[in-house]
Formats: sequence, C-alpha cells, structure tokens
Amino acid sequence: MKEKTGYYGDFGGRFVPETLMAALYELDGEYRRLKDDPAFKAELNYYLTEFAGRETPLTFCRNMSEYCGCKVYLKREDLVHGGAHKLNNTLGQALLAKAMGKKRLIAETGAGQHGVAAAISGAVLNLPVEVFMGEEDCERQKLNVFRMELMGAKVHPVSSGTKTLKDATNEALREWSKTVDYTHYLIGSVVGPHPFPMIVRDFQSVIGEETRRQCLAKEGRLPDTLVACVGGGSNAIGMFYPMLKDDVRMVGVEAGGRALTPGDNGATLNTGSPGVLHGALSYLIQNEEGQVGETHSISAGLDYPGVGPEHSMLKEMNRVEYSYAMDDEVLEAFSYLSRTEGIIPALESSHAVSYVLKNKDTFDRDDIVVICLSGRGDKDVASVSKLFGGEQECR
Amino acid sequence: MKCGKERVAAAFVRPGFVGYMVAGDPNPVDSVEVAKSLIEGGCDVLELGVPFSDPVADGSVIQGADKRAIDAGITMDGVFEIVKAVRRFSDVPIVFLVYYNSVFHRGVERFYDEALEAGVDGVLIVDLPPEEAEPALKASRRTGIAQIFLVTQTTSDERLDVIVGMASGFIYLVSSLGVTGVRTGVSKGAFPLLDRVKARTGIPVAVGFGISSPEEAAEVVRHGADGVIVGSAIVARVEEHRGNLEGMREELRGYVRRMKCSIEAEAGKRGR
Repeated sequence: MKEKTGYYGDFGGRFVPETLMAALYELDGEYRRLKDDPAFKAELNYYLTEFAGRETPLTFCRNMSEYCGCKVYLKREDLVHGGAHKLNNTLGQALLAKAMGKKRLIAETGAGQHGVAAAISGAVLNLPVEVFMGEEDCERQKLNVFRMELMGAKVHPVSSGTKTLKDATNEALREWSKTVDYTHYLIGSVVGPHPFPMIVRDFQSVIGEETRRQCLAKEGRLPDTLVACVGGGSNAIGMFYPMLKDDVRMVGVEAGGRALTPGDNGATLNTGSPGVLHGALSYLIQNEEGQVGETHSISAGLDYPGVGPEHSMLKEMNRVEYSYAMDDEVLEAFSYLSRTEGIIPALESSHAVSYVLKNKDTFDRDDIVVICLSGRGDKDVASVSKLFGGEQECR
Repeated sequence: MKCGKERVAAAFVRPGFVGYMVAGDPNPVDSVEVAKSLIEGGCDVLELGVPFSDPVADGSVIQGADKRAIDAGITMDGVFEIVKAVRRFSDVPIVFLVYYNSVFHRGVERFYDEALEAGVDGVLIVDLPPEEAEPALKASRRTGIAQIFLVTQTTSDERLDVIVGMASGFIYLVSSLGVTGVRTGVSKGAFPLLDRVKARTGIPVAVGFGISSPEEAAEVVRHGADGVIVGSAIVARVEEHRGNLEGMREELRGYVRRMKCSIEAEAGKRGR
C-alpha cells in the first residue's frame, strides 16, 4: 500500500475515514475492470445516444463571433437530457453501481442539476436515489427539488453548516459511511477521494472527445482556445482532458462572486491554498486556522470552497489558466447570450461566456474559441428575473 | 521519562475509560473545567477533539460542539493552551482526535512539535488512512507521540496487518458503520473484529462509536477490549448543562464514575 496512487501531481489522494477505504478499493477495481469492457461501453453508449441525446452539437455563434472578432463555438451540453452535462457522469456511475451489485444511489447537489441527473439515471436504471441538498439551495432551486421528487428521488434538506453544497457533500459522505455495504455514492464532480476524480473525468471526457472531432470536421483543425466554468470542475476537465496533449490554450473560469475578498467568492484556485476537504488534497478556500471558508456565487453550482485535484495540478503546471468572472459580469453574459444567440445559458456556464466577452480583444479573427455551455439557464430564470427586478427595459 | 506512546499504552494495563470532549466546547475557558471533571471522574485517557468546520466522521452532537467551539473563538493555539492548562493539574495521557486539514495547514512537523511541547501523548487523524499516513508517521516517530489508527468492520485482514504495524499507543476500534453518535446497543459486528485485531497485536484496543451506557461498556470489556471510548454521550451532557458550570461538572464526574465502576467490575470478573 506504499505506492502513491490516486494523485495528480501533488494533489488528490484518499483522505477518508477507514470505514470508506474498502469501498474506494472496490470501486477502483470494478471501474478498471469495466471501463474497457465492450459490453459496459456499449451499454453506456446506448444510454448516452438513445436516452441522453448525444452527441451534442458544436454550434457556431454568428452574432457573438462578429461581436468578439473571432470564431465562437458553443459545445451544447445544455441540450443533454436534464439540461446539463451532469447526466454523462450519472449514467456512467449508475451503470457502474449496478454492475457492482449496489442497491441504492446517494448523491449531493448544489444547484440541483447533479441531483436531477442522478434522479433521472436512477429512474431509468431502476435504482432508488436519495439526494442531499443544502436547505438554502433547496430554497434557491425549488423547481429542481420538485423535478427530483417527480422522478422518484428522495431529497434530504441539509441544515448543518453553510446549508449549501459543501455541507450536502459532508452529509452524503456520512450517509455513505453508514450504508457503504449496499450504497454507491454517486459523486457529482471531479472532487472527492480517488478514484472519484478519475471516474468522473473519464465519463465527462465525452465532451472534449466530441468537440475535438467536431472541430476537426468543421474547421479542419483543433480549437485555439477552450473556455469552461470551474466549480468542482467536471465540465471543464471533460472538455480539457482529451486535448491536454494538443497545442490548445485552455481557460477555466471560476466564480469571482461579489469580490475576491474572503467569503465573497468561489474562486478556489485564485484565492485558496492547498488543503484537504471531502477526501482530497487540493486547493481550498480556508481561513488562517485551516477552517473551510464561506463562499459566495450567483450560481449555486459554483458556490463551493473546493476544486478537483487535477485542476490544482493543471494550475501548478501552468497548463490551464484559471480566471474568474464577477457576479455582475455573469449576469451581463447571461443576458447577452440569450439576446444575441437565442440560448439561455446556466449562470454557471455564463461565467465562461463572460470570459470570452471580456477578453474579446485578445483573440484574432481566425481564432477558434470553444465555450463549454455546460447547462441551460431555465433553472435560473426565476432568480435572475428577481435580480433584474423589472428594471430591465422590455426589448 | 516515558514518551507519549508508552504513556498512552500504559493507561490500558487494566481496561480503561477514554473520555472524549471537544476542545473549546462550550467555550475555551469552561472547556478546561470539562476536562478537569472527566479526569476527576476517573478518565484514564483524555481524548480532545480539535474542532473542524467539516467533521465528516461525526454525527450531529459532535458537529454541534465543533461549531460551538469555533463560534466561541477557539484556534489551534487555543487548543494547545487547553492542553497546557490541563497539564498544570493532571498528568493523564492526552490524545488528539483531529481532521487532517488542521494538521496539514499547520505543517505536519510543526503540529507534532507543538503537540509535544504542550503535553500531548497521542494523535488520531480521523481522515488519514495508512495510505496517506507517511508524513504523520514520520513526525510521530520523531516526537515519540503515539499514532493512533482506526480499524472498522470494513477493514480486511490484509489492511489490519498494515495498520497494526503502523499504530502505537492504542488502536481505535470503530464498533459500527457510520458516524459518531449515541446508539442503542453495541453492534454485534464489533466483537469478531475485536478478535481479529487482538489476534494480531499486543497494542491495546479501545472500542468506540455509539457507546454510552455502563452496560454497553461492560459488554465491550467482557469481549476483551482494553478500553472503552465515549464521546457523544459526554458532549451531549456538556451541551445540556452549558450555562450551569457546577451542574455540568457534577454530571460529568458522576457519569464517568458510573462508567468506570462498570468497567472495573467487569475487569474484576475477567480476573485482571
């Protein structure tokens, strides 16, 4: 047991109580056995194609391209069934859980998109699902709670700590340690102890693999720049991973929130320092005592003090640039894309859109810029309309 | 003078009682009184929980105590101060129960140095399985501080061999799946695990998680445990009596005495 498995550079690892270690080994072993198994791959591919609606388009944005002075494409993960990229991972892990003989799925969720995707996967694959969701997030995303319940999932509001994604994850880990013998913890991002960051990355890599193929077909070459939002970082790593060895610039966009001061953002790689949370050593928003810090973002999905360990490695290697977008810039991007392209982006994905708008002058006319549009914004319409407070003129 | 790991192991020459409290609960000042009461009641090892914002191995009772302590302004320096304050009136072995980020953030070597200087005898890092333990083990060997590990019902024989090879002071046997908290009855799976551990090592084995009554303590000792660990039942009493320090002290002393009495009676039957 001496080898340093489960590390991405200096980050990652398995920092969990002993109770969970056997399950992590079991998961790692089963996953390695199944990931190249033709029958498993065929079944996953069947669900991704026939059920989730893959492959998703790589949409050229005529108006935004003209405005930005470069070629802007959107990778349309908003069109995946359920409205976000999350289903790529939940279908994969639910099939994995079934193959391992697990009888039940549990999941954490922030904005509710992962919870919804877990509920969808459980419903279609006949596995009961229980979702842990912070009380505050339940309030912010009531419709997603109802969607989960419609699909037969049980939603447990979490009232401890910050009442958001961080504490929902704590509660899911606690529940997993109670029922680890028959439950699979369907983690929603590239976070948590090894092998989760690897498994989630692999299931999300379909985003980057398709993008690579589609861009070659449309443009005859790879993109110049990839842009994706980063909370835990699953859509970003899914987009980046298949092109890491290529000469492609990559930008992850974190939640700048209200300000870069403590408690006002979710920009872990920009404002955090290495620490251990939820089973992994990675960048972490924490105070001078090593207590995990409060976070804020306009988007519940990026309101998280941790980040996937592989992103921490990519930051230290300077392979990926990690920028951030502020709440007000995000709202602007949300409106902009809706108005000019007829696509309402999730507030999370709007961070990536905002980066391209803000940095449009740095791109050349021939540059191909691909934004990972990780989710659709329908879930955010109610809260955004409240924020606009009717001040926005009718157009 | 004996080093930390020897002092901890020596506490279990007869079956002992390990009392857990959260350092800084209900506040940093009264916390020393809590420790004093547990020691006066007859606690053989004092286990101090270092408050953490995200204690994933703990149930709601200890989560609440961590939050009370943090809200009352406890810091890592403050935790070491509590240890030093206890050392002024007692030489009972003190072990930390801590989450790894508190150690990592301070710097592993520095954490163990400061622990040694304050008078800590052992460290249990809840979320540090053997796979990740190398830096902590190195520091514990250098300082002579006991490195305590968890074993659980999900721990295979192969892992047990590795863990008993690394552990010192005592081995913390987690009696049931799940998190800390008062439950009714000791999980039956705990005893085969106890046998598996005892068959492998002479290091004392103490059983915890969900134990609260004198009957449960006796049952655990009857099955061969060298120690009984109680956390949530103590922390719940601290919470219940906060604001009434004298009442709290009396309650805690009485509770530990009852537990000790039961453990000693059982140990007597066992002929030790």
